[in-house]
Amino acid sequence: MPVGEPIIRLEEVRKSFGAVRALQGVDLACHEGECIGLVGHNGAGKSTLMNLLAGVFGAEGRMSIDGIEPAGPYTIATAKANGIRCVFQELSLCPNLTVAENARVMHRALSGFGWRRRAGRLIVEKLDQVFPDHGIDAGDIVGDLPIARRQMVEIARAFTVTDAPARLVILDEPTSSLDAHLASQLLAYVRRFVAEGGCVVLISHLLGEILAAADRVIVMKDGRVVAERPAAEFTRTSLVAAMGSVAHEEAKSRDVSAARREGSPRIRARARSGGNELIAHRGEIVGLAGLGGQGQSEMLIRIFDAARRHAQGITVEGGSALVAGDRQTDGVFPLWSIAENITITSLKRLRSGILIDREKTDAMAEDWRARIGIRTPDVHNPILSLSGGNQQKALFARALGSTAETVLMDDPMRGVDIGTKQEVYGMIRSEAERGRTFLWYTTEMDELKHCDHVYVFRDHRIVADLSRGELTEERVLHASFEDVA
Amino acid sequence: MNGASLARNLRMLLPAISLVVLLVAIYALQPRAISYVGFNLMLNLAIPIALATIAQMCVITVNDLDLSIGTYVGFVACVGATMLTGGVAALPFVKDLQASGALPAVLPWIMQTPLAGVLVLAFGIVIYAALGALIHWRNLPSIVVTLGMSFVWLGLSVLILPVPGGQAPAWIRQMMTLKPAFIPFPIIAAIVIAVIAHVLLMRTSYGAVLRGAGGNPRAIERAGWSLLRVKAAMFALAGFFGMLAGLSLVGLTTSGDANIALRYTLLSIAGVILGGGEFVGGRISPVGAVMGAATLTLAGSMLSFMRISPDWQIGAQGAILIVVLAARTLIDRAERSR
Repeated sequence: MPVGEPIIRLEEVRKSFGAVRALQGVDLACHEGECIGLVGHNGAGKSTLMNLLAGVFGAEGRMSIDGIEPAGPYTIATAKANGIRCVFQELSLCPNLTVAENARVMHRALSGFGWRRRAGRLIVEKLDQVFPDHGIDAGDIVGDLPIARRQMVEIARAFTVTDAPARLVILDEPTSSLDAHLASQLLAYVRRFVAEGGCVVLISHLLGEILAAADRVIVMKDGRVVAERPAAEFTRTSLVAAMGSVAHEEAKSRDVSAARREGSPRIRARARSGGNELIAHRGEIVGLAGLGGQGQSEMLIRIFDAARRHAQGITVEGGSALVAGDRQTDGVFPLWSIAENITITSLKRLRSGILIDREKTDAMAEDWRARIGIRTPDVHNPILSLSGGNQQKALFARALGSTAETVLMDDPMRGVDIGTKQEVYGMIRSEAERGRTFLWYTTEMDELKHCDHVYVFRDHRIVADLSRGELTEERVLHASFEDVA
Repeated sequence: MNGASLARNLRMLLPAISLVVLLVAIYALQPRAISYVGFNLMLNLAIPIALATIAQMCVITVNDLDLSIGTYVGFVACVGATMLTGGVAALPFVKDLQASGALPAVLPWIMQTPLAGVLVLAFGIVIYAALGALIHWRNLPSIVVTLGMSFVWLGLSVLILPVPGGQAPAWIRQMMTLKPAFIPFPIIAAIVIAVIAHVLLMRTSYGAVLRGAGGNPRAIERAGWSLLRVKAAMFALAGFFGMLAGLSLVGLTTSGDANIALRYTLLSIAGVILGGGEFVGGRISPVGAVMGAATLTLAGSMLSFMRISPDWQIGAQGAILIVVLAARTLIDRAERSR
C-alpha cells in the first residue's frame, strides 16, 4: 500500500440531485503511484464522484488535498492547479477546433507568439508517448477525425503538462471507442505514468481492463462504496458478485406456459451491427437489458419506425406505441392538460367530422384516469400539476389507449416511486394477458423479473438471450460486462 | 487528405468560387465594369456591409444571432453625422433650442467637442458587451434580446436625427474616398478587414477559446474558462465592428439617417452563411464572410447590368443566396453518403 498523504482524500461525501441521492457518504483516497479501478452498475455514482473530483460541482463532506483542506470552495481551477485532470465519458473536445487548438483550450500557458506550434508539439509528443503510430496531425480538425482518434486526443491531452502538473488523471470509460490494440497501449501508458509517481482512477465496465491495470479496485453501488480491495484479491466472478445486490426480493412469479412462444412472432428485429435476433410474440413481455446506452433505445426507436414504414431487417405487426423514458423531453406536452396528453395518439378515433369531439376525448381520459388511477381531481388540469409518477401513468395511458398491439417502453420507470411502479407492473401484466406485447428496456434488475424473456445488449447488439427460467442477475451482469476479445 | 477534409476544403472554397463566377458574369455583361473606376463604384458599399458581416459573425461564433446590427449601424451613422462632427451642439434639438433662444448662440467648448461622439460610440460597445453577458447570465434567447434592442437603437437614432441630415466628419469622408494607385480602395479595405478578423479569431490563442465556446461550451467551461467573459468579449467585438460599419457607411453617404442600414441585419447574416459559416457550432470563416459580403454587393450590380428592375433585385439576390447554399448542402450530402 502506498504511504504518505494522499493527493486527494474525500470523507463522508454526499451529493443529491433533487430527490436522487447520487452519493451517500463516500470515502476515497488517491495516493501517488497507484491506479485505482472504479466499477459499478449504471447509476452507482461513479460519474458523480468524478465530476466532484474535477470540481464541476461541490458536495457535502470533507475534502483535503495533500492533507490540507482547501481554504476556498473547491472549483475546476483548484482541481487544475493541483494537477487533477479528467477525461469525461462524453467527449469534451471542441469539434470545430484543431487538435493543437484543443490543447490550447486546456492550457492557459499556451499563449503569445508561436503558441500554435508549441501546442501542436505538446499534444503530438504526448500522443507519440501514449499511442505510438497514432497517425494524428496537430492541424487536423477534431470534428473530421473518427471517434477513436478523438478519444485518443482527449486522453493524451489530459496527460500533457505545461504550468500545472498532471498528478491525478481520472479516465471515465476511456476505451469505449478504442480497439483492443489501442486500449492495451493506453493501459501500458497508465502503468508507466503510475510507476513515475502519478495516480490514475480508471472507470470502466470492461472488468478485464480493471483487473489488469488497477492496483486497487473500488466497487460502487447505489451511491456507496460496497467493496474496496487490492485488485489481486478480485476475480471476474467476485467482482461481478460485488456489484450485484446481495439479497434481492423475488418478484411475484408469473406462470410461464410453453404455449406463449409458439405461433408466428409479432416482432422480429436484428440490430444493425448483427448479433442475435429479437423475437416477441403476442402477449409477451420482453426485456431489453444490459448497461445503459448499449443500443437498447435505438432498437426500440427502429422498431417504432418500422411499424410505420418498411425497414430492413425488422418486421412488426399490429402497430406500436412508445412510452418515452425521458418524460420531460420526449414524453409530456408540458402546456397541455392531462386529458389532451392522454388522447393525443388516439385523436383519429375521437373525431366528429374534421373536429375533435370533446365528449369522446373527455370520456377516454376519464376512463383511463379510473383504470390506472391517475391521482387528479380533474383530467383538465395541466399535466404538470401531477407528480412524476402520475405523469408517467398518463403516458402509459396514452400508449395503452391507442390501438397499437405492441407497446415499447424506453426505461419508463426512471424516478418513479415504488408504489406507482407496482401499480404499473400490474397494469402491464394484465394488458399482456389480453394479448398485448411489451418490449421493455430497463436497467433495473427487479424489473427484468417481470419479463418473460430477456435480451442482453452490449455494443449495440444482442449478446445473450435468456428465457425466464434462465434469468439471474449474475447472468445478466456477466453478459453485460463480457470482455471484447 | 481524407474525405471529410476534402469536403471541408471544397466548402471553404465555395465563397471564392461564387465570387469569381459573379465577376466573370459581370465581365461578360459589361467588360468596362472590371476596371479601377468600376470596382470603386461597385464595391464601395461593400466595405460597411463587410464590417457588419464580421460583426454578425462574432455573434454567430458563440451560437447567437444579432437582429439589431442593422439599426445599430444606423445609430452609429447618426452619431457619426452629428456628435462626432460637432459634439452635442450638432444635435438638431440643440440647434432648435439655440434658435428659440433657450441656449446661447455660442456654446461652450464642452458642447462642441467631438469627444462626446467618441464617448457615445464607446458606450454602444459597452452596451453590446453587457448584452452578451446578460444573454449568458440569464440564459436568454439572443434573438429576442437583440430584436428588442433593434427598436432601442432605432429609437435612439430617431432622437438624435429626427430627419435625415447631419454631416460626416471630414477625415472619415476623406478616408472613404481615397484613391490609391493601381488597386481600388474597397479591395484594399476588404483585404485589411479580412486579415484583421482572421488574425483576431483564427490565429490568436484566445481566439481559439472564443471559437471553442461555439463548438462545445461545456468543454470550455470545464477547462476553466469563463463563458460569461467569452460571450461579453464576442458581443463587444460585434459592437466594435458594427461601429466601424456605421462610420464607414456615413463616410460614403456623408449624411446620416436612422433608417440607412435596416437591410444590414439580414445582409450580414446572409454574408456569414454565404461565406461558409454555420449558425451553430462555432464554424466560421472571416475571409469567407468578407467574400460573402462582396458577393452580395456585386450581385446587385450584376442584376443592374442584366437590366433587371430594382423591384426584382432583392428577390434575385435571394435566389443567388439559395443557389450557393444549395451547392453547399450538396457538398455536405456527398460527404455524408461517403
